[in-house]
Order: sequence, then C-alpha cells, then structure tokens
Amino acid sequence: MRSSRSRLATLSAAALLIACTSGAALAQKKYDTGATDTEIKIGNVEAYSGPASAYGIIGKTEDAYFKMINDAGGINGRKINFISYDDGYSPPKTVEQVRKLIESDEVLLVFNALGTPTQNAVQKYHNAKKVPQLFLATGASKWNDPKDFPWTMGFQPSYRVEARIFAKYILKAKPDAKVAVFYANDDFGKDYVAGLKEVFGDKTSKILIAEESYETSEPSIDGHIVKLKGTGADVFVNISTPKFAAQAIKKLAELEWKPMHVMTDVSISIGAVMKPAGLEASEGVLSATYLKDASDSQWAGDAGMKKFLAFVDKHMPGANVSDTNIVYGYTAAQTMVQVLKQAGDNLTRDNVMKQAAALKDFVPDTVLPGIKLNTSATDFAPIEQLQMMQFKGGKWEMFGDVISAETGG
Amino acid sequence: MSALQEIVDVTPVEATPKKYIALGGYASVAVLVLLIAAPLFAKNFIIFQMTMWLIYAIAVLALNILTGGSGQFSLGQSAFYAVGAYTSAILMEHFNVNYALTLPIAGVICFAFGYVFGQPALRLSGVYLALATFALATAMPQLLKLGYFEHWTGGVQGLVVTKPDAPFGLPMSQDMWLYYFTLVISIMIYVFSVNLLKSRSGRAMMAIRDNEIAASAMGVDVALYKTLAFGISAGITGVAGGLGAIAVQFVAPDSYTIQLAIALFLGMVVGGVGWLPGSLAGSAFIVFVPNIAESVSKGLSGAVFGAILIVIIFVLPHGARQIAYLSQHWINKLIHK
Repeated sequence: MRSSRSRLATLSAAALLIACTSGAALAQKKYDTGATDTEIKIGNVEAYSGPASAYGIIGKTEDAYFKMINDAGGINGRKINFISYDDGYSPPKTVEQVRKLIESDEVLLVFNALGTPTQNAVQKYHNAKKVPQLFLATGASKWNDPKDFPWTMGFQPSYRVEARIFAKYILKAKPDAKVAVFYANDDFGKDYVAGLKEVFGDKTSKILIAEESYETSEPSIDGHIVKLKGTGADVFVNISTPKFAAQAIKKLAELEWKPMHVMTDVSISIGAVMKPAGLEASEGVLSATYLKDASDSQWAGDAGMKKFLAFVDKHMPGANVSDTNIVYGYTAAQTMVQVLKQAGDNLTRDNVMKQAAALKDFVPDTVLPGIKLNTSATDFAPIEQLQMMQFKGGKWEMFGDVISAETGG
Repeated sequence: MSALQEIVDVTPVEATPKKYIALGGYASVAVLVLLIAAPLFAKNFIIFQMTMWLIYAIAVLALNILTGGSGQFSLGQSAFYAVGAYTSAILMEHFNVNYALTLPIAGVICFAFGYVFGQPALRLSGVYLALATFALATAMPQLLKLGYFEHWTGGVQGLVVTKPDAPFGLPMSQDMWLYYFTLVISIMIYVFSVNLLKSRSGRAMMAIRDNEIAASAMGVDVALYKTLAFGISAGITGVAGGLGAIAVQFVAPDSYTIQLAIALFLGMVVGGVGWLPGSLAGSAFIVFVPNIAESVSKGLSGAVFGAILIVIIFVLPHGARQIAYLSQHWINKLIHK
C-alpha cells in the first residue's frame, strides 16, 4: 500500500516534470504582434517622394537586403516581411503612415525611418504604444535618451558625436588652437557647437574664440567668413550644408586664409561640394567618416566590401555603388538582422529593444576597420566612432586611428 | 459650351440658387448619417485618417469660399494653416489653454492675418495674386524656423502637442472623440459658409467674381469684400490648422510647405470650384489617392498620382459636383418613372 502510494507519487512527480519542461519549451517561443513562427513584420517610412527623395534608395536597399536574407532561409526560419511607406518627408504624413504600420499592418517594429522632424512627430506615439522605433536614419543626438524614450534608438554617429571627435582631434593636433566655428543656425548646427564645447570643457573660452552662425535663407555667407578671418583663428570648423560649405571653401581660398579646416561629413560629397568649390581650394580640408566608400579602390580586396558588391550585383543590378546611401542602407539592414538573430525565438517588442541595446562589438561588412557597434541599456547610440580623413588630390584619404566619441575617453 | 455653363444659362432667375453651393436636404442627411456612423465600425487608425480627411475638407472649403465665392486665387493657404496650427500648439503647450478654446483664437488670429495680407493683395488679381500668395507659402516654413521665435515655435524640431482625452469620462478612444469633435466643428463651419454665400455679403462676393466693374457700379465695396473674403478664408483655414495640430499631435515647419497649399488647391478643383460639399470629395482625393498611387508603384507614386489626376480632370472637368448632379438626375428619373 505504502509502496504503491509512493510509486504514484513518483509517477505524478515525473508527469509534473514533463509538463513543466514542455511548458518551458513552449514559453521559449514568445511573440508580440508582428512576429509568428514563419514571419517577422518590419515597418519603415522613407522619403520616396518630396524634397528628401534622394534618401529613398536607403529603403530600397534594405528591402533588397531582407529579400537576400529571405532567399537564404530567413532568420531562424522566419521570413522578413518588410513594409515600407512613403511619407514625402512631411511630418503629418509620417504620423499617418506610422500609425498605419502599427495599427493596420501590425508590424513588430519600425526600423530605420528617415528624418529628424518626421520622426520627432511619432516619437511620443511610439513610446506610448511601446513599439520599437529602431535605428533611426537621422543625425540628431536626441534619439539617445533611453531614460525618457526607452523605445527609441538612433543609428549613425549623431552630429554631436562627430563634433566631439573633431574637438578631440583638434586638441591632439593643435593643443594651443584658436578655433572659429561657423555653423547653420538650426538645431543641427547647435548640436555640433554643443558637442565641441563638451570636449573643450572649461577651456572653451580659451580655445573657442569665435562663433558665427548663418541662416539657411542667406544668399551669401562671405561676410561671415571675412569676419572670422579677422579674429585670427587658426582652426576653422565648418558646419554648413553642401551649398554653403562650397561657398566657404571658395571664400577661404579667395581670402588666402589657410587655417586647419575641419568640415562636417554632411558636406563631404566630392561632386556636390569639393568640385564646385574648386579642387585646388578644397585641398587639405579635414572631415570624418565611418563607412567604406564603394568607389574607393583601396577596398577592392576587402572581404566585407566584396560581400557588399556581390549583394548589389545580384539584388540591386544597375545601382550606383558610389551612392553612400546604399552602403548606409546595407549597414543598417545588417545590424537589424543581427538584432533579430540575437532575439532568437523571443520576438517580443521588449526583447527586441533589449537585444538592440546589447550589441557587442558588432562589425557590419561596410564600416571602416576598427569601428564597432556597441550599445547598452544606458547607451542608445550604436555608432560612436569615426575616422578622420583629408581631401588630397581630388579624393578623401583616411589617416590616423579611429577616434571614439565616448565622453571621458 | 461646358455643362456648367448650360446649367447656369437655364436658371438665370435666382441669384444664388442653393444647389449651386450646397447639397439638398435628403443628401445632406444621408451624408451626415454616414459621417456619424462610419467610425463606429472602423479601427482607430482609420478614424484618424477620417479625422484628417475632415480637417483637410475644412481647409479646402475655406479656399472654396475664396476662389469659388469671390473669384480670388490663393496658393498661400498653407501659410494660414501653419499659423493656425502653431497658434493652437503654442497656446496648448506653453499656456495650458484648453484645446477647444485654442481653435477660435487660431481662427481670429488667422482672420486678422488674412485680412491684413488681403490689403496689398487687393492691387493684384488673377495669376499675380496667386504668385503673391505663393510667396507667402514659400516664406512661411522659413519664418517658423527663425531664431527669434524659436523659444515659442521649437524651431526645426517643432512642438509636440498632447492629444486630448474624451471629456466627461465618455467611453470612447481619443481618436474617436477627436473625430466627433472635428465633425461638429466641420458642420458648424459648413453651415456658416453656406449661409455666408447665400447672404448679402456672399452675393456681393460672387458679383465681384463674375464682374468686378459691374459689381462696383452696383455699389458693392469691392475692396472691403475682397479683403473680407481673404480674412474669412484664412480664419477658417486657421481653425483647420489648429485641428490638424491637435490630431497629428505635432507641428513643425516642414509640415506646412508649398506642397500643402498645392494639395488644397487640387482638392478644391477635384471637388468642384464653388460647390461647398465638393470639399469633402476633394479632401478625400488629397488624403487617400496618394496612398493608392503608392500601392500601385512606390518609385513612381508621383507619376501614378499625376495620371489619376489627369484622368479625373479629363472625365470630370467640374469635379465631384458633376457626379453629384448626374446621380441626382438619375435618382429623379427613377423616382418619377
């Protein structure tokens, strides 16, 4: 009697154990809206039309990249369903399209959506709905705010990060520099100046001897440059959009003012800035970058670049590989895939955010050697390193080590 | 001779027959019932789209009063819309004014703005006036970015607006509440506009539209009524802008570019110039057709949109009004058979 009872007990205990483990196996697969055993729905809004439509190629590249992943079997057996809408860079349209993605298409997350004003319009909504607003395609620094906006994360180095890197470089190359900064009087320009001051710290008043801002509506900026030359500065930090950057380079040459010229990576286009300003005048200008340039012959033998070029050949035939937006889209999409791989079978929005904030030394195929993507629960800025480069003989030449923008380092 | 012209020719007696500017009784009730019932069966996102539809309809209606009523062109409606939107947003976020109260204030400020702008605009007519207003529309986003106003406008980053909850603990979502709120305001503005165009002032405006010299010979104060039309149109657009800011929960200079002004102009033409209910159809066109075009082809959405537009203009040169007349004609035929 007693033995039979104990046997019954063992049996039921065993049954319970089996029930538990199978329950645990089931619990391992966790899904939120937008993810199933066979599919992961990813949303995106891009400016396919309107003033910023040059960036539309980013969305197309990402679409092609996810197709390539799907052709190879998807991520852990799940295919990516990439739904990308056009918002024409108009914030009200962004609100409409993002709501459509989240409420009607029921995507798991929105990935690499474009534009600062446009994404600003939906940041609160994303965070109220607790839907990841992941890897935004904008350079504002405000996306790195995990405390107030735990569902929002940027991607590329923000303007502030770039400014910090410039400041570090200036301090190293010219310890007794007298810096004149010329910037666009908008939030992006101000982000930059703030970044410079962060690194200069209490020496700011000694180093930063002149600040001059311009309005994007001004026809010519010559007056500002003349004024800055008069201050006797020997470092000129140029934070202007392509048209004005070209004007500034030209004016500097005209005035025969030859300070160390550090220019934002917004305006590094050879075709749109350096050539119109004059290749001779542009000689020696400094800037920074984090992506490999597919048209640069130095990457011809690079393994990552080979993978990128093979991808373009097969999935985007006819695309212009020298368009950095394609390289950018590839980098972002590869990072997204990495996050989803890390998330495994736990495809909840919470876990996706957790994994996005747990990138460790991830190196996409297309970033410069030495640059690694790192995030943490308190650091929502994936790329925070840049490589300095100098314009020489009609092209950009990289030099020195990769510089990190982490404060303190 | 166009269809519209024929209709005008047959009924020369009544100065402003109501059916030229408004819907008949039964049709109005039918549309109203549809508008009230529709959100009960729709998802929140669809309700939001319908709210935007109503808001743009108000803005199109405002342009319709100006162009259809007084015969003046404007490509500057986006500027008035922006002023209204920013007025509401700033009052709500910086001064904690109740959202409903911000709308009349936005309306009054825009009325004043439109009235003042109407003064110099008086000296211009036709395409020249269109160009002057165009300049206003292109200048507005830059003005909003100016450093002097940045403390209030938030500069390039714009302002985030808090979305209101349904009052009195009504069991409905924010989106649904906002829809009905917008609907009530739309109806008020519609009734006001129809009555305005039927009134003495409305007749004066239309007289100016039809023949300025004759109108002034009849004793109509041309300058007054022209600026008045500008002011009223701007005021109504401002209310629409305020509602738009509340619905979208965000204002930024890039939201109110010349594209918006052109969209509103398109909406007016597609809906039927001078026919107020057409504003709903025209607004539906500018809200929904771009999405249809995008679903046809992402890369060529603009071209598809253009093609749809050309077909519509070709088949229905008088816009939605033409469909309304035709269907009314057929319904009458069916009934009297």
